[in-house]
Amino acid sequence: MSINYSERIPNNVDLASNKTLQRALEHWQPRYLDWWREMGPERSATLDVYLRTAVSVDPQGWAHFDYVRMPDYRWGIFLTPPEPDRKVNFGVHKGEPAWQEVPGEYRSTLRRIIVTQGDTEPASVEQQRHLGLTCPSLYDLRNLFQVNVEEGRHLWAMVYLLHGYFGRDGREEAEALLERRSGDADNPRILTAFNEKTPDWLSFFMFTFITDRDGKFQLAALAESGFDPLARTCRFMLTEEAHHLFVGESGVARIIQRTCDVMSQHKTDDPAKLRGLGVIDLPTLQRYLNFHFSVTSDLYGSEVSSNAATFYSNGLKGRFEETKIGDDHRLEGAEYPVMEVVGDTIVTKHVPALTALNERLRDDWVRDVDAAIGRWNRIPEKAGIPFRFKLPHKGFHRRIGVFAESHISPDGRVLSEAEWTHRHREWLPTVEDHAFVQSLMGRVTEPGKFANWIAPPARGINNQPVSFEYVRFN
Amino acid sequence: MNAPAELVRQHLIDPEICIRCNTCEETCPVDAITHDARNYVVKFEVCEGCRACVAPCPTGAIDSWRKVAKARPFSLAEQFGWDALPPETEPEAGGEAWIPDEVARITAIATAGQGGIAAPPWSAAHPYIGLYTLARPAIATCTGNYRLTADDASSAIHHIVLDFGKTAFPVLEGQSLGVVPPGVDASGKPHHVRLYSIASPRNGERPGYNNVALTVKRVTADRDGRPVRGVASNFLCDLKKGDTVQVVGPYGASFLMPNHPGSSIMMICTGTGSAPMRAMTERRRRRIGLREGGELTLFFGARAPGELPYFGPLMKLPKDFIDINLAFSRVPGEPKRYVQDLIRARHERVAAMLADENCYIYICGLKGMETGVDEAFADVCRRHGLDWAQLLPQLKAQARYHVETY
Repeated sequence: MSINYSERIPNNVDLASNKTLQRALEHWQPRYLDWWREMGPERSATLDVYLRTAVSVDPQGWAHFDYVRMPDYRWGIFLTPPEPDRKVNFGVHKGEPAWQEVPGEYRSTLRRIIVTQGDTEPASVEQQRHLGLTCPSLYDLRNLFQVNVEEGRHLWAMVYLLHGYFGRDGREEAEALLERRSGDADNPRILTAFNEKTPDWLSFFMFTFITDRDGKFQLAALAESGFDPLARTCRFMLTEEAHHLFVGESGVARIIQRTCDVMSQHKTDDPAKLRGLGVIDLPTLQRYLNFHFSVTSDLYGSEVSSNAATFYSNGLKGRFEETKIGDDHRLEGAEYPVMEVVGDTIVTKHVPALTALNERLRDDWVRDVDAAIGRWNRIPEKAGIPFRFKLPHKGFHRRIGVFAESHISPDGRVLSEAEWTHRHREWLPTVEDHAFVQSLMGRVTEPGKFANWIAPPARGINNQPVSFEYVRFN
Repeated sequence: MNAPAELVRQHLIDPEICIRCNTCEETCPVDAITHDARNYVVKFEVCEGCRACVAPCPTGAIDSWRKVAKARPFSLAEQFGWDALPPETEPEAGGEAWIPDEVARITAIATAGQGGIAAPPWSAAHPYIGLYTLARPAIATCTGNYRLTADDASSAIHHIVLDFGKTAFPVLEGQSLGVVPPGVDASGKPHHVRLYSIASPRNGERPGYNNVALTVKRVTADRDGRPVRGVASNFLCDLKKGDTVQVVGPYGASFLMPNHPGSSIMMICTGTGSAPMRAMTERRRRRIGLREGGELTLFFGARAPGELPYFGPLMKLPKDFIDINLAFSRVPGEPKRYVQDLIRARHERVAAMLADENCYIYICGLKGMETGVDEAFADVCRRHGLDWAQLLPQLKAQARYHVETY
């Protein structure tokens, strides 16, 4: 299915046949561009960036590479082609034809789900808007911008649903998505993690590695939705999300690689010495990992949640890979283990699986993160360095859910207030850590050159050489 | 391409780069990709090499290939056990195995003038190669066909526009495509594929459209002047709007234009050899507004103005955009002029461009022009204290000298 580029808004949803929707979006587009100019990547409007643009949704067409100025990027509306005779695959409506319109009784719930997802997209662009000024290479600068334009496109995807299916309420929500600001005390973004700062490239890579992976699991759950336009929209967004995960995972891996190289070269594992040599010591990386892992963990919500149960039973939000799971897809009588703090111990209890769907999605995500950390660990292993990265306990540094009121150590012990206060600096990035990482952030823009604290990637983008001029300055 | 029959290319996934995002497994139309807790792997006997998974892969891990004995490919068990790809047993030449023998044979002849297939300029865009095969050709529709040369000209050269509709057929300037004429030859076999250089830039004959243009000369005589009816060229020149054509390709990973700002291009061509030059010129023309710098110089030979394809549009290009030098060999009352004469006449500019590391040289046309052009370059070099015998290998090594002649 090809995308109609002759229209102002490229799309594969036959926008031209729906004049009301087309005009609503054409009205929203200049406001979006205003937002991009104000809150998008700083001082980037005149750069020519070697970007991937979707020219159609089939395999050959959706990864089309060329130089683009970001304000001219073709943000559009792309849905995975419809699956004929698709059904609602879970919950009480299981077996009914998938909904092509919003069922009246679920209207406000669905709108809330879409707004919450949509709000994260511009939020991350805002969080990352200063990073271009301290890029460690042209290759990384290009990857940052690719992530940014695609988050912008994901906002478009959600706004299309709001405009197309939610009438006036939807249009108002679409406006509000452009008005909230990450970190703004008066009008913040909806989710806490999206109001945190992304002050440096290590945070950026950790964010794309861990927080965009939350995005992957949320989108995957929504791609199972009985509301077919939402499912198809999220399905296509997932293909773009994979690149963001790659940027994060390979970004941190390259930092680890560089540190391990310097450790081997200078035969030292002393953090102070390594910092003196201008690389980030592995324990600091572990502290950043602990922070991002715990903050992102909160995004899944409470372990036991009646909202999650309702979303599922009503067919709005499924489980990860719902249709590949071999059960009744209604969770009648099924149980799921969740943790709980009792006194100074953590116990596991079984609750109705229907109420534990947040926890289940979080567990799927933890498994995915853990596997990727296993891949990171191959780097020190290969270099003969005994250090291994390890995920902290699920209860560590949590603000939402059963652990919110307790202090849990990375190895899963319940701590007293005093011990937490005494030791948390060992586990979370300190002011000094942030200042050190910040001190490394210079700007490298010569093709093929990389900042001292990060190794070059194994391959360039789209099979181009690593030294390719991924961004052209004008 | 002409590897021993028992050697084949096996599609693999680089476990050091793969992030297990599942995009490839989701994309594969024949379910050739699977995974365990450790690696994503490709089933050798299922994968058809359609490359549908290659563009969507975010990491490039998917674009990994090893030459293996057909009887003993890497098994799934071996692939599951890898931390890294096995070393290559011999250097790979990107994408060649996707080229049918016939196309490879034509390419070998066409590039003989530069000593075989060369590397593209460093800033060339990455080409897609062999997306469509004889077994799975793309179907294009003719949306335009008109004669470029004057009615009284000795040859009929046509400008033909083919539209691919919803089929992806990504091309770069300088690439070719193959046309499979319908029907069978005298011995009852399907006709051979014929290669044509693409005459339009990468974003379409009309910007944003999924179409390409070809420059086709109707063949009515063989090289010795005996009458013969070219099967493919006559089929193409007779196309009417709405007719469909079976197309294979795209092909060509060498004769590609540089894309970096400040890069210059010297183009030397005759007749339908102008097709890739038109594509490159048009690509640059559409980007004039970007002010990327670099110069274009064209040496173009034909019998007479009426026989020179694209003569009218060429004359309309701004003088400060392209330096045009036309050589006519059959204008009554005027001496015969060939492209090599003009190269000598413009020796100062030519010498400067040869010395400019950012200048890339493209030669396309009849085989006969090669010697003349070579001698002209040697003369220019002598005049300016350069040694062509020394310079030419340098140009080739820097991927600055590209020849396609037939």
